[in-house]
Formats: sequence, structure tokens, C-alpha cells
Amino acid sequence: MSCEPWQCAEIAATKKANAITKPEVAVAMIKRAARPILVVGSNATERWMEGRQLIDYIIDFAKASKVPVVATAHMVGEFLKRGFEPAGFMSAMDIGNRLVDPTWQGLDGKGHPDLALFVGLPYYMEALILSGLKHFAPDLKTITLDNLYHPHATWSYPNGTLEEWASNLKVMTSKFEGGQ
Amino acid sequence: MTTKNVHVKIDEMKTNTGLIKNLELSIGKVVDESWAEPMGPTPMPSLTTLRDWDMKLLNRYKPFYMPDCDLCCLCTYGKCDLTAGKRGACGLDIGAQSSRIVLLACSIGAATHTGHARHVVDHLIEKYGRRHPIDVGGLNVKVEAPVTRLVTGIRPETLGDLEDVLEYCEAQITHCLSAAHTGQEGNNLDFESKAFHAGMIDQVGMEVADIAQISTLNFPKADPEAPLIQMGIGTVDTSKPVIMCIGHNVVPSVGIIDYMKDSGLADKMEVVGLCCTAFDNTRYYDRAKIVGPISWQLRFVRGGFADVVVLDEQCVRTDMFNEAERVKAPVIAASEKNCMGFKDRTNDPADEIVADLVSGKVPGVLILDPDKVGEVAVKVAMQIAPIRKKMRVLPNINEIVELAKTCRQCNLCQRSCPQDLKIPAALKAASEGNIAPLTELYEECIGCGRCEEACPVKLQIHSFIVKAGERFMVEETNLCRAGRGAVQDVEIRNVGSPIVLGEIPGILAVVGCANYPHGGKDVYDICREFALRRYIVVTSGCSAMSAGSYKNEEGKTLYEEFPGSFEAGGVLNVGSCVANSHIAGAAIKVANIFAKRPLRGNYEEIADYIHNRVGAVGLAWGAYSQKAASIAAGFWRLGVPVLVGPHGSKYRRMLLGREDKPEDWEVYDARTGDKVNVGPAPEHLFQTVETPQEAMAAIAKLCIRPNDTWKGRSIKLSHYIDLHKRHYGTMPPDIHLFVRTMADVPMTMKDEITAILEAKGWKETVIPDPTLLPRMIRKKKE
Ligand code: SF4
Ligand code: SF4
Ligand code: SF4
Repeated sequence: MSCEPWQCAEIAATKKANAITKPEVAVAMIKRAARPILVVGSNATERWMEGRQLIDYIIDFAKASKVPVVATAHMVGEFLKRGFEPAGFMSAMDIGNRLVDPTWQGLDGKGHPDLALFVGLPYYMEALILSGLKHFAPDLKTITLDNLYHPHATWSYPNGTLEEWASNLKVMTSKFEGGQ
Repeated sequence: MTTKNVHVKIDEMKTNTGLIKNLELSIGKVVDESWAEPMGPTPMPSLTTLRDWDMKLLNRYKPFYMPDCDLCCLCTYGKCDLTAGKRGACGLDIGAQSSRIVLLACSIGAATHTGHARHVVDHLIEKYGRRHPIDVGGLNVKVEAPVTRLVTGIRPETLGDLEDVLEYCEAQITHCLSAAHTGQEGNNLDFESKAFHAGMIDQVGMEVADIAQISTLNFPKADPEAPLIQMGIGTVDTSKPVIMCIGHNVVPSVGIIDYMKDSGLADKMEVVGLCCTAFDNTRYYDRAKIVGPISWQLRFVRGGFADVVVLDEQCVRTDMFNEAERVKAPVIAASEKNCMGFKDRTNDPADEIVADLVSGKVPGVLILDPDKVGEVAVKVAMQIAPIRKKMRVLPNINEIVELAKTCRQCNLCQRSCPQDLKIPAALKAASEGNIAPLTELYEECIGCGRCEEACPVKLQIHSFIVKAGERFMVEETNLCRAGRGAVQDVEIRNVGSPIVLGEIPGILAVVGCANYPHGGKDVYDICREFALRRYIVVTSGCSAMSAGSYKNEEGKTLYEEFPGSFEAGGVLNVGSCVANSHIAGAAIKVANIFAKRPLRGNYEEIADYIHNRVGAVGLAWGAYSQKAASIAAGFWRLGVPVLVGPHGSKYRRMLLGREDKPEDWEVYDARTGDKVNVGPAPEHLFQTVETPQEAMAAIAKLCIRPNDTWKGRSIKLSHYIDLHKRHYGTMPPDIHLFVRTMADVPMTMKDEITAILEAKGWKETVIPDPTLLPRMIRKKKE
């Protein structure tokens, strides 16, 4: 499948994200990962799909998949307001910077993540962080759960509508034990 | 310019005209030995003089690279693909390449300010002579050039002395740039160190430019009560001819204002400015007006307000000649750096040029004589205004509705918009007669025009947005304090102790451009929050305009609500970009005037002092330019942390501390030589923050310094905790890292924090006399 970056000028060179053709692909990779984390940015409360905010979809997904959430910016407060406690919170730059450090032992101190999921950062910030990880964290796989194609991720959904996004997130949630 | 290869020192010499004592001569200049302060260890540092200091900082604040581009195409070996560890044909890897881009940005920034300074100084020397005295604030400012003294060891007394300073800067910038050549430097940290060097030089260049213009052009001189200036297009009487000056260099504007006043036309026309020229115009003439930050160029030109557009240098839209032509406003390019393709008419008679511009025979001219710029601009404005009748190219609402129907909903505009604005949806609504969604885009649109470039059916999207938001535009009537320039020595004396002890919780410098993620209101909110908390809030450049562009419940702007002095709860605008040097200058003066640390050529010690003791933070919420990069780099080398808004992530490398690594946070106690862990204070040197809420918590945290007394620390912590709880809904997770003794804990939060400290296994430590420099350790008396 040919994918175009959401922001036209965000063009990668020789290594660009594989397209996630259906949510099951992403789910399989998440299930395969030993130590995934999910980084959630400030658009989590800015994006609405079918009357719900992105953050609500993310909470459903995180509860079902048990992937630990790292909230960036001030998003931790938004999670707490909704009765969900993220595994950690720090600035987007800090989590990026920790992920490129192979000696970092993760939020729980038990080992470096092998898969980082990203969702809901401003597109250009997410693109830059994914680029940093592509270049400097060779053993880390990255997936973006946004509905916008991110060429610097390892795997990305193609550009899609809000309806497709909502559907993808719901399907992903349903494929985990906790989401059925 | 003179060279320094002959140097004569005469202790005593009898001649037939008298006795000469202690005379030191370099060819062409006299080295000033009347300055009692002895020369410090590093006058006029070279590229590597301060490398050890840089490496200390870079070891603690390691670069985190986010390459904006995977390729390098700088030489003909390329393009080289540097993805994920691959090296280019020259051997360079992506880390070094990313830091090379940072060095290039900082060198361009430093060159721009220094080039600006060179132009201003040469021009002012021509006008006022080499011996014209430097006067930045009369008796209130004895340390007239703190950055220059610190870096070069020169105490400039006259305009002529500034030439020596500039000569040094120009040489260093050349070296910095040369290091970016292929095969010249290969290590990323060495590139970073050179970027710091460029930043330091930039601060000198800015200081030279500003003190030269303050000394000659009767700008406010360190005046806390500099006049309040009318700001916003709503303050402009558009029934009069309007000259709009865009850029950063005041010299041509001075020509305009002088000619207008001398011809008795001051009441008959308006001189308005965009970007930093606006500030310096109003420092020169308090009836000039500020219409807005850099990002509003298209808005005002397409709105037809300007009868003549005068372009000087820096941050001018490079298609301005095109845009102005569409509204039949003649353009005068007035800077060698920005000729815009126009014919050089400097030596033609003014009236001939006026006739050509008024008749439309030529759309614009290049005039490099500022007095002639003044005469031509004023005459053209007076003659053309009745002909142009404020011709504009904004469509009317009905036209927008009709044109919106041709939109293909292809999304290319949104995908090209740096703000990701939902333009297709707004146009869909517009096509159905609902303009409201377009109006909503007005505040967030940064006026770049990229949407229009992308649109396959050539819709003038930016113009639609401006038209839809027109009401906001014409109602903009705000006040901004004219740039006051330096901070007085006496102000430093008054606040030095509470700053260094931490009782004034911090100095927040809100600076830089207007590439904001969601409009300028965030800048206002952040400034107000910290002024109310009695931080010292310093503004400059486009941020200073945004800070003044909103009002409180009583209808007062920030500059009316808070005093303009350098004191707790003050909000002071230092001025234009080049006035940023006064912010660094104030921090340096705290070390020098309050703490009596020697200044002259003593960079490392002063930076070490500032880094460990002066709780200052820079916030460039909308930084976009290479100049903003070099300004930040100047602060990095001084050890002052800088935050940028989300678009600032595109500077593509951050300097981040790791609070989870205790070994990174050791300092020496200068009293004993012991190593003491002081916690992550300050945690970062350069960081992107994503939201204003995050910015506020980060600012409060980054003001914490190892030297804080327990009282100061408890004040700083209470602000940090309060802002964190408000915006994050929870206690900061790292509070235990900032508590050294129980006295640091804010009284009202004792129980809560004690429980956290116990849970974290916290141990009491000492408050050292902090330094990163072993040589500052005072030997233990045996
Ligand atoms: S400078 Fe080096 S990396 Fe860049 S194009 Fe030339 S050889 Fe390739
Ligand atoms: S002009 Fe405004 S709407 Fe158009 S691309 Fe730029 S920011 Fe977006
Ligand atoms: S680029 Fe033009 S045609 Fe396409 S959605 Fe935007 S306005 Fe419509």
C-alpha cells in the first residue's frame, strides 16, 4: 500500500513506516512485544470521534491491552479525572530521550521497552520523536495509533478518517482479552 | 579596520612634550588601562577556550537528536542517506549532522545580529563620530555592557570602541561557520560546543547593536517607566497615509520619522511597524505604532492598510514585493541584505524616485541611504494615499461563500498548514453560508500562506481567514511598553539577594517570535500567571507584543497591570531582538554587582555562578528563527535553561538532563571541596514543552537552583507544586529530589510531603556553596 505523510513535507528517506492495513496487524505486534509502552500526547482531549474524546478510546484500549501508558504534557490530569492512572507521565522529550538510552530500564525498572506506541501528539512533534527513535534506538519498534501516516515510525496506519480511526481503535481494543 | 600585530607597551617615557606613563598601544588603538578591574582568564575566547565548560554542561545535558531530515545534501558526494547509523561519504553520522545543523542555525543567527550591529555602528559613527559616548542609562547603569565586558574584556566607552568588539565577533562567527564545512569537525559534542560559542558571540553582537542605538537615538535608557505605546491596527488612523516598516533595523525608520517631523507632517500621517522594527521605532518616537508580530505581514498588507511598505532586514517575507504590488503599495527595500531584486536608486534624485513609485512605473526600489528612504517614503505615502484609497485584496463574505463552493475537499491545504488547521471543514461550512468556523481559524493562523500554495484551485485561503476574522483585527487596540533597554545597576542591587537566595522565585524571560501553536493568548496567560506569583517577568520581541495584546477583567493590558521595573511582580519589555542581550546582561550583573564576582574576561566563573544561583528561565513559546536559536545558545552557555513551544521541537535537538540518574547531579561545595548531590536543578538546558500547562509547571521547576536557601527553596517548591497540582491534577513525582532538609518543605504541605519523602527513602543532605569548577574550591585550612 502506498502511503503519504499527513503533513506533505514530512518525507522520509530510505526507511519509512510499513502500513498497517488492518488493526489486527498492530494487535499481533503488540501481543508479540515483551515490554510495550503507549505514549499519549496532548491531542488526546482535542480529538473527538463519534462524540467521544480520543482519550476515552485510549483508556479502553489501555485497560484491555494492559499496555502501560505514559502521558505527556499535562495529560496525566485528564486520565486521573477519568479514573485511570497511567503508569507514568513525563514530557514528550523526556520519554523520547529515555527510549534512545539502551540502559534505561523502563518505567518499572525491569527492562527497556521493545515496542513504543504513540498517539495524540501534535503531528510534527510526534514525527520528530519517531525520527529520533528511528535513528537512535535501533532495537526499538515504534507504532503510531494515529489516523495519520507517520513515515518515521516502524508501523503506521495510512491517513484515515475519524470514523476509520474510531473503528480501528475499537477493533484493537476488542482483540485483547480485557476488551471483549 | 585596524590590525593588532604591533603592540607597544611603555612604562615611562620622556619626550619633548612631556612625560608618558603606562601607555599601551596596539596599532591604531589605545588599550584602556584605566579600568581598575584586572583582566580575567579568558578575554576574547577562541573556538576552544571554553570547550571544557561546554563539555561540563553537555555531559549533564546530553543532546537528544530528532533529525528533521534523514539525508545530508551539503556537498557533491551526497546526497547521503544517514538513516539509523549509516555514515555519509565524508564519514559523518546523523548525530554529528544534526548538531552541525544546530551550529549552522546558531552561526546564521549570530551573523545576522552581528551584521545588524555592524551596520548600525558604522552608520551611527558616520553620523555621530567615533567618540560619541556610550550611555545606556546615565548614572543608573555603570556596567554599560555586561556581556561585552564578560566575553571580550573590553569596556566600551565610545562608539568607536564597539568596532573592536565587532571585529572580534566577526572573526569568531567566521570560525564557527567554517567548522561546518565538510570534513572539518566530526564529533557531535564539538559541534555543540561551537554552537554555544556562536550563541555567546551572538549575545555580544546584540548588545553592541542595542547600546549603540540607545546611546545615540535617545531611546529609553533603562527606564522602568518607558512610555506605553499604542498597539494594534485599531489604533491606527487609517484615513491618513500609512507607512509600514517591516523588519529589525531602525536606521531607515529614523530617516522616515525625522523627515516626517521636519516637514511638519507628524499629525498628517502614521508610521507603523511590524516585528522588531516596530519596537525600535517606538523607542525612537513614541507616537509610532506597533501593529503586530512577524506573522501578521500578509494580514496587514492584503488588508490594504499600508500605503508604502518599507523593508529593512530579518524576518521579512521574501514575497513581500509581490504581495505589496497586489494592493498597489510601493515597496522601498532599505537594506543591503534584502534588496528584493529592485534597482538600486540610492544615487537618484528623491523626486524622480517618488514620481516613479507614485505613477506605478516601478513597483519598488532599493535605497541604501536612510535619509533618502525617509524623504521618498514620506512623499510617496502622501501622494499615493489618495490614489490607492487603501486598496485591498480581501474578498467580501459573499465572494468567500461562492469561492468556497469550488473547494474540492482534497485536504492539501490542511496537510500543508503548519498548524494543521481544519481548513476544508471551514470551507465546507462557508460554502453553506456559515463563516464561523473560518473565523475560528483567525487566532491560530500564523499567516504563512502555505495553504494557498498547496490549493489546486488556487483559493486565497489566508485572505478568507483574515476577512472572516476582520472584526478582531480592526478592534485590536492594545498597549505595549516601549522597550526600556538595560536593567539598572540599582535594580540589580535591590533584587540580587532575593534572587540568589531564591526568595524571588525566578526570572522568566518570555522572548522570541510568534510561531505559536494556538495564538498569542498563551503568552499573555503565562506572563500574567508568573507576574501574579511575583516572579520577575521580562519580555522582548514579538512575545512582548503578544504579552500586551490581551486585557484583564478591568480592561488593562499586562503593561498597565504590572510595574515595568526589574522587581518581583514586574513585567518589563526590554525591547527588540537585539535588546535580548539585556536579559543575559541582567543575570551577569547579578553575579558582578550583587555578588562582586569579577566580570572582565571571566566567562566560566560567571556562567558557573549564574547556572548554580540565578533562577532564570527563558521561554520562547513561538521561536521560529535561526536568530532565536542563537539567542537560546547564548543562554545555554551561561547555563540558563530555555524552553520552546511545540514548534521549537523542529530545532531538532534538545539538551536534556536525566533526573533519574543521581550521578549526573553532583556539584562541588566550594567551601570544602566535597561533592554534593544537588538534584536536577535545573533539570534541562533546552526542552520543548507541548502545552501551556506543561510550560507553567516546567518554568516553576526550572527556576530551582542548588544555591537556594531553605526559605527560597520552599517558596519555589510551593509554586512548582501548586502549578503542577493545578495543571496535572497530582503532586509532582520528583518532589523528593528537590528537598534537601525538612526546612525546604513548604509549611502548608508538610504532612503530604513528609509521607512522600518517607516512601521514597529520602535522606537529608546539605546546602552547598555550589560550583562545577574545581578551581573555585577554596582550600580547606589545615
Ligand atoms: S557533507 Fe558528508 S554527509 Fe553531507 S553530502 Fe557531503 S559527504 Fe554526504
Ligand atoms: S496561512 Fe494560516 S491557515 Fe494557511 S497554512 Fe499558514 S497557518 Fe495554516
Ligand atoms: S487545498 Fe483547496 S481545494 Fe483542497 S481542500 Fe483545501 S481549499 Fe479545498
